[in-house]
Amino acid sequence: MRTLRFLLQKEFRQIFRDPGILRLIFVMPVMQLMVLPWAADYEIKNIKLAVIDHDHSSYSRNLVSKVTSSGYFILTDYSGSYTRAMERIEHDKADIILEIPASFEKQLVNENESTLFLAVNAINGVKAGLGSAYLRSIIQDYNREVRTEWIQFPRFSPETTVEITSSNWFNPLMEYKVFMVPGMLVLLLTMVGANLTAINIVKEKEMGTIEQINVTPVRKVHFILGKLLPFWVLGLLIFTIGFIIARVIYGIVPAGSLFTIYSFAGLYLFAVLGLGLLISTYANTQQQAMLISFFLMMIFVLMSGLYTSIDSMPDWAKAITRANPVTYFIRVIRMVVLKGSGLADIREELLTIGGFALVLNGWAVLNYHKRS
Amino acid sequence: MADKVIIAEKLTKRFGDFTAVDAISFEVNRGEIFGFLGANGAGKTTAMRMLSGLSMPTSGKATVAGFDVYRENEKIKRNIGYMSQKFSLYEDLTVRENIRFYAGIYGKSSSFIREKTNSVLQELHLTGEADKLVRSLPLGWKQKLAFSVAIFHEPRLVFLDEPTGGVDPVTRREFWNLIYEAAASGITVFVTTHYMDEAEYCNRVSIMVDGRIDALDTPGGLKRSFNAVSMDEVFLKLARKAVRTAD
Repeated sequence: MRTLRFLLQKEFRQIFRDPGILRLIFVMPVMQLMVLPWAADYEIKNIKLAVIDHDHSSYSRNLVSKVTSSGYFILTDYSGSYTRAMERIEHDKADIILEIPASFEKQLVNENESTLFLAVNAINGVKAGLGSAYLRSIIQDYNREVRTEWIQFPRFSPETTVEITSSNWFNPLMEYKVFMVPGMLVLLLTMVGANLTAINIVKEKEMGTIEQINVTPVRKVHFILGKLLPFWVLGLLIFTIGFIIARVIYGIVPAGSLFTIYSFAGLYLFAVLGLGLLISTYANTQQQAMLISFFLMMIFVLMSGLYTSIDSMPDWAKAITRANPVTYFIRVIRMVVLKGSGLADIREELLTIGGFALVLNGWAVLNYHKRS
Repeated sequence: MADKVIIAEKLTKRFGDFTAVDAISFEVNRGEIFGFLGANGAGKTTAMRMLSGLSMPTSGKATVAGFDVYRENEKIKRNIGYMSQKFSLYEDLTVRENIRFYAGIYGKSSSFIREKTNSVLQELHLTGEADKLVRSLPLGWKQKLAFSVAIFHEPRLVFLDEPTGGVDPVTRREFWNLIYEAAASGITVFVTTHYMDEAEYCNRVSIMVDGRIDALDTPGGLKRSFNAVSMDEVFLKLARKAVRTAD
């Protein structure tokens, strides 16, 4: 026990003497949480629209002004030819082309129907899909308006319409930030936990001090605990700073209890610290450690359900998300922060993360040899 | 038995096809300064790592401080000090913090640490530097400090792997004074070096060539049997036979 105290004292001294680490602790959460949530917003806005109006009628102008006043589109081009509009797309000056045929108004009035043509730049799939959907619904709306204007028996419409009213539970305003910020906190904790531990131990390998420790009677368990505990404390500190930022800037107050969140975070940290430890037992240089953790982090981020819904992934991808500890914490933190779930609701995730912590640390301990 | 601090019999280490240490046998007496010489790549560091419990021998037998290197390596570690080729103190800790840390993990009491720290600092003339980061010290001072830290817990035996590499002649002299003092206090010193004048300071010297011990005697005895005037000459006569290329 006394040995552990000496190890911890040494570790904390080194951490707080390293200006790089201190900067990392305070700058990283602030930067990540202040900048990223604004960018990681799925709402598609500012879609660049090129309109080719062959008609130049009052109907076509009405349509265009209705589209542009929706707030989702910016009219970047109003030209007479399809080739020119296509050029705009090629130069990335337009995302969607709306072509209004020459006899749009005439057909609409005379024949009660007319056609419109949409061409969508689908390089950015999300933007293309949502953009054309928005545009369709605006046009439909416009269509309805035209009909009500023309067909003069509004009271007994021959068409039955189902009107849907929906309410968004747990995130009433459908705010993406409320959804993303807690997830980003999880990422922050994961990166700090895994990276700092791995690099710290590998640094001792590079310096040669680990060999000096290996010729002392220090027990493996003590050495490892001496490495894990400081970063565990540090991790929770960063997590707390993150929570304060989330509250002050985004006004995110967890619906559930802080105790539930911290219980899970504490256990989760042991799992990611174990991962860092494991990386350090395989890497011999800091570059190697960085590259391994960078590679893992990419997978962790993309396969965690933070940005994309796991439910819509193929089965094999779902299997990967189940092997990713980040998935569980993101699910838990959203449950607790948005829905107010308690310990009993996250029992399964707690057990799984406990399993991760055991396996990763156990593997690392087995793989760490004082003697080669 | 009690007088032999190291007994090695046919101690061997292989890395794949390569035999780094080839069945070496020797004994080291208590209180002795034992010089372990050899060209680069002769296998000195590997042999030392096996004896200090850092590396598992492939075959052969050895006891260090009366403990078996295979089974009792953790017990060996309580009884030895080790100073590696690489500088091994924490550069971002102060002189005092380094001493305290290493003494602490060897299980020394706080009062022992406090008292001995002051006497060591005085001996090394580092009292004024006690609270400076080790990073800021010149190399020679660092090496002397590293040695003092390696024997701070009063081990029975200390392994020194090229402790004076890159150190100026004056500091080397001072370093050897520290070694003599340690030996006088009963600590056996097992030291590798490339400086032949240092070999002359040893009680006995072994010379390794291509993983084997080719000669082992007092410096005087070696010079007589190789008909040489200096250890330098002895070393060159033996080392030239080596077929292994230096690393």
